[in-house]
Amino acid sequence: MVINAVIQVTIFSMLVTVISVPLGRYMARVFGRERTWLDPALVPLETIIYRICGVHAGLEQDWIEYSISMLVFSAVGMVLLYGIERLQYYLPLNPQHFGAIAPDLAFNTAASFTTNTNWQAYSGESTMSYFTQMAGLAFHNFVSAATGIAVAIAVIRGFVRRGGQTLGNFWVDLTRATLWVLLPLSILLSLVLIWQGVPQNFSRYVHARTLEGPEQVIAQGPVASQESIKELGTNGGGFFNANSAHPYENPTPLTNLLELIAIFAIGAGLTHTFGHMAGDRRQGWALFAAMGVLFLMGTSWAIWAEQRGNPQFAAMGIDQRATVMQAGGNMEGKEVRNGIVGSALWAVVTTDTSCGAVNAMHDSFTPLGGLVPLLNMQIGEIIFGGVGSGLYGMLVMAVLTVFIAGLMVGRTPEYLGKKIEGREMKLAMLFVLIFPAVILLPVGAAVATKAGLAGISNPGPHGLSQILYAFTSAAANNGSAFAGLNADTPFYNVLLAFVMLFGRFLMKVPVLALAGSLVAKKAVPPSAGTFPTGGATFVVLLVGVIIIVAALTFFPADALGPIVEELVMHAGKLY
Amino acid sequence: MAKAVRLWEGKIVRTALVDSLGKFDPRLQAHNPVMFVVEVTAAAVSLILLRDFLSGRGSQVLFELQIAVWLWFTVGFANFAEAMAEGRGKAQAENLRKTRTETPATLLRDGQEVRVPAPSLRRGDVVLVRAGEIIPGDGEVIEGVASVNEAAITGESAPVIRESGGDRSAVTGGTIVISDWIKIRITANPGETFLDRMIALVEGAQRQKTPNEIALSILLAGLTIIFLLVCVSLYPLALYGGSALSLPVLVALLVCLIPTTIGGLLSAIGIAGMDRLVQHNVLAMSGRAVEAAGDIDTLLLDKTGTITLGDRLATEFIPMHGTTAEELADAAQLASLADETPEGRSIVVLAKNQFNLRGRELAHSEAHFVPFTAQTRMSGIDINNRRIRKGAYDQIMNFVRENGGTVPSELGPIVERIARSGGTPLVVADRGRVLGVIHLKDVIKAGIRERFARLRAMGMRTVMITGDNPLTAAAIAAESGVDDFRAEATPETKLQLIREEQAQGKLVAMIGDGTNDAPALAQADVGIAMNAGTQAAREAGNMVDLDSNPTKIIEVVEIGKQLLITRGALTTFSIANDVAKYFAILPAMFVLSYPQLQELNVMHLATPQSAILSAVIFNALIIIALIPLALRGVQYRPLGAAAILRRNLLVYGLGGVIIPFIGIKAIDLVVAALHLA
Repeated sequence: MVINAVIQVTIFSMLVTVISVPLGRYMARVFGRERTWLDPALVPLETIIYRICGVHAGLEQDWIEYSISMLVFSAVGMVLLYGIERLQYYLPLNPQHFGAIAPDLAFNTAASFTTNTNWQAYSGESTMSYFTQMAGLAFHNFVSAATGIAVAIAVIRGFVRRGGQTLGNFWVDLTRATLWVLLPLSILLSLVLIWQGVPQNFSRYVHARTLEGPEQVIAQGPVASQESIKELGTNGGGFFNANSAHPYENPTPLTNLLELIAIFAIGAGLTHTFGHMAGDRRQGWALFAAMGVLFLMGTSWAIWAEQRGNPQFAAMGIDQRATVMQAGGNMEGKEVRNGIVGSALWAVVTTDTSCGAVNAMHDSFTPLGGLVPLLNMQIGEIIFGGVGSGLYGMLVMAVLTVFIAGLMVGRTPEYLGKKIEGREMKLAMLFVLIFPAVILLPVGAAVATKAGLAGISNPGPHGLSQILYAFTSAAANNGSAFAGLNADTPFYNVLLAFVMLFGRFLMKVPVLALAGSLVAKKAVPPSAGTFPTGGATFVVLLVGVIIIVAALTFFPADALGPIVEELVMHAGKLY
Repeated sequence: MAKAVRLWEGKIVRTALVDSLGKFDPRLQAHNPVMFVVEVTAAAVSLILLRDFLSGRGSQVLFELQIAVWLWFTVGFANFAEAMAEGRGKAQAENLRKTRTETPATLLRDGQEVRVPAPSLRRGDVVLVRAGEIIPGDGEVIEGVASVNEAAITGESAPVIRESGGDRSAVTGGTIVISDWIKIRITANPGETFLDRMIALVEGAQRQKTPNEIALSILLAGLTIIFLLVCVSLYPLALYGGSALSLPVLVALLVCLIPTTIGGLLSAIGIAGMDRLVQHNVLAMSGRAVEAAGDIDTLLLDKTGTITLGDRLATEFIPMHGTTAEELADAAQLASLADETPEGRSIVVLAKNQFNLRGRELAHSEAHFVPFTAQTRMSGIDINNRRIRKGAYDQIMNFVRENGGTVPSELGPIVERIARSGGTPLVVADRGRVLGVIHLKDVIKAGIRERFARLRAMGMRTVMITGDNPLTAAAIAAESGVDDFRAEATPETKLQLIREEQAQGKLVAMIGDGTNDAPALAQADVGIAMNAGTQAAREAGNMVDLDSNPTKIIEVVEIGKQLLITRGALTTFSIANDVAKYFAILPAMFVLSYPQLQELNVMHLATPQSAILSAVIFNALIIIALIPLALRGVQYRPLGAAAILRRNLLVYGLGGVIIPFIGIKAIDLVVAALHLA
């Protein structure tokens, strides 16, 4: 079993590493507006888009203009999505004749897809028309991801540029992220998925009679195109309710591996983009290494916890060992074809990033196993992370790390030669602060109110875990759930929508302001007294700071949820 | 002389205890968000205690009383740390102030001498100071020459010369004129002198937060807010699990989590840094300058007086063929007997040391000294039909040819070799015969090479500035171990060089004493003026070294770095402490609703109340325990940045995780033994 886990994780890690390097270099060229091999096809298209939208591609924006463009674009997109959801009955491509979506759910879903969260308080196949799925949700799957990438690129520019005020042009970055990065990759992945058997059609649902007799409705639709961007853009919103556990979304071992790689690819690539743009590739590798260490820690822990199974079952004489004939461990809520390793690995990857696509039910994980996805999100989803958001989240943690490290080597802290002073600390702390605020306060409100408690499906600490998981997932823009929570109520729909919006945009603005503050600074050339940020010591310290900050912030809440549940389980009580 | 003050000096401790009471004033605490939160919550717990006491809910009162007391102690200990640092600063200031006795001054008004008290002097007043009198204020000598005893400020008892014009014209109030008289133009109003400014700084009265201190305060405030959120949200979460947490317990958790250790010691660290600087006889104009000193990338140094002793000294006699070295030495000594320049004297001394040639009596009339003039550019002696001359190669060649002699072919290469090595060749001839060459050398100060190596290890680049030709400069640079040099420099070169370095984003320090150094001192990020320098230089710089020791920069940089390291180390320690405190407090909080959480009680603390109380007591006592570290500073070693970091992480990071486990357990044993909870 250990060998199985090592082989799967190693192959996956190696493939991600190998793909991330050229992808990172390619993205550095795309956003540096250097020549790429896709230029002949895309430049004319790009020019037309700019002409129609009235974008002056040569005009750069400072951090305020960049933020405003980003916010306006997102707000307009969100309103449009809300409109589509409410009016889908009157719109085309609705063979199942689904009606209008309730206002609170429509608001929640609009916020969810605009923020790259893809929290789904509905099941897609019984709620959303094909038009809503494609023109509404899939559109946001592209542009919310592109927005994240654009902001990350702007933030990188803040760190690496020497002087000036501007961070680039949001509209140009958005367009290029979509045309050069997301579209080609998702077309490629879609084709492979279609080849592997993922449907891509506009058919009515198929009615079939099963071997046992009853009739089964088999949902259809343009799944492959949705599926690829769902992973590549770390969106995670499934075409079907079962998400990547559904055989139409994830039919074969190959699609499972490719979808996992797709989730990590852009986030991992962006670390190298950072290294390229900084002119020092070790800087990129250092961030990559820190993310890699955290990924491997989480993966080992989750696989161990799930494979260990339930001690109460062991006491009852149930065989939970892994053998040739069975996966062993805790298989509740897992697909037999994915097994322990495949499910645990997916759970870690999908919460390291802000993807949130699932191929197993996190709600059914053992308490300690379920703690890993929760912790991954509480860390802030910076382990490769949401496309773009992972990188700039990691950069903020790097700023905090060099601040502590800089003090301890006796120099005013600096990162890439830029001095970290009061203003930078203020913005970095604001970024770090907002995150626990939009998780802990709503969780407190939910467990203190009737409306909040009504959603819980299991009593005791597990119920708390469900609520904690929901708000953490929303704030981190992940979108996965401890699905036991009934979240399609006005209380949760509205509260979670606001948490998603705050978790996205209240954090993007300070980080852009941080970049705006850094971009104007002169860079100090490094000396023997400068703490090197391209080496192993920095990686270790960065990992340490990330774990300490997250652990200190969320330990009490986690202790009352998953940790106490684990301890109570040992005492013989299950929830 | 500012001497070191003992750490736990009885008088200072007593004063600090009193002063720390005044610091409970919430208006003062508001400047420090971390301790302000502690004070507010301490007040809240005290109110709860009062309520419970009056309503007779007896069971909790003893526990709440102890929590409240220790919370107040936490604030008090932080106050005490700050008061201690200020007290030590005041003690330093007292030492400085002693030099500023109430002396009467002789004011010159319209040519009349008027006796006035020193504090009434204003900028621009001219005073006359005679031998035996104390100089009444900072100023510049405008007339006269005098020897001045500056022991009151520098601790150095040998008198120094102060004269009008030139680079030795500045005098400091409190020093004593030993011989002759000088007229001084006062340059500072009362309360604005160097001493006054420094006294205000070390006493903490004028202390403003430095940029790095502000950035760190923001980090600490941010952490405080996060832990506030954690504790506020914990109440409903606990309620959901079936425990109603009391305010004192929540406050105990909050105060243990927020970074009180560094929050309580932060200002003490800053004050102590200034204090250490004074102990090294350096006066800084602001805390900002001290902080900047730790960041210096490039250090500009004058060659003369800093790297070399300043005068060229004879080091070798090189005779021509047919002449012995002793013969040459004898002639050279004769030619130099009347030469009072340091070079001349060094020749006499070298001849004495090498060949035991004593200076002899030359009273008889045949001896005729030829002094050095700008026209002849050589000096020497006419004695007993001998005409001995020493001077530069070209001049002596002319002299030899005029006297019908020839120039030996071996002379040229010797002269060139000496010049190439950075020395000055002085050719000696007797009429038409060349005797040999004296090797005059710029002598590098002892130990300077090691100091530069230390600066390099700190990450600083040293640049030597000299008016010498590039050849000489290169030789001295190589010998002294300086990283770079700029030859044939003019006063403007320094300013230009500083601007060039700053344009690359580097921080530049420079040491100077002359008036023509003033623009460069002002431009430099850290400008250290020598106390012996001109008033202009002292005004332009942001630090003054009372000892006028150019290599003092090393101590200044180390103090700057030490300041930041101490802050970083205590921040790391403070945050690392939280791990143990969670393990102490959380299981105790939920002992009723989730007894299973007792598995997290890894320290096996006696009772829930004892666990919480022990954590709070540890949190308060650790502030006291770390006061010596805050005041003395973490030791700085010039290693590479990564090595320093690894070391400090191990000591303060890992130590910060482990120590509270031990400390809390020990306190718990005491608390349990005394039946306090």
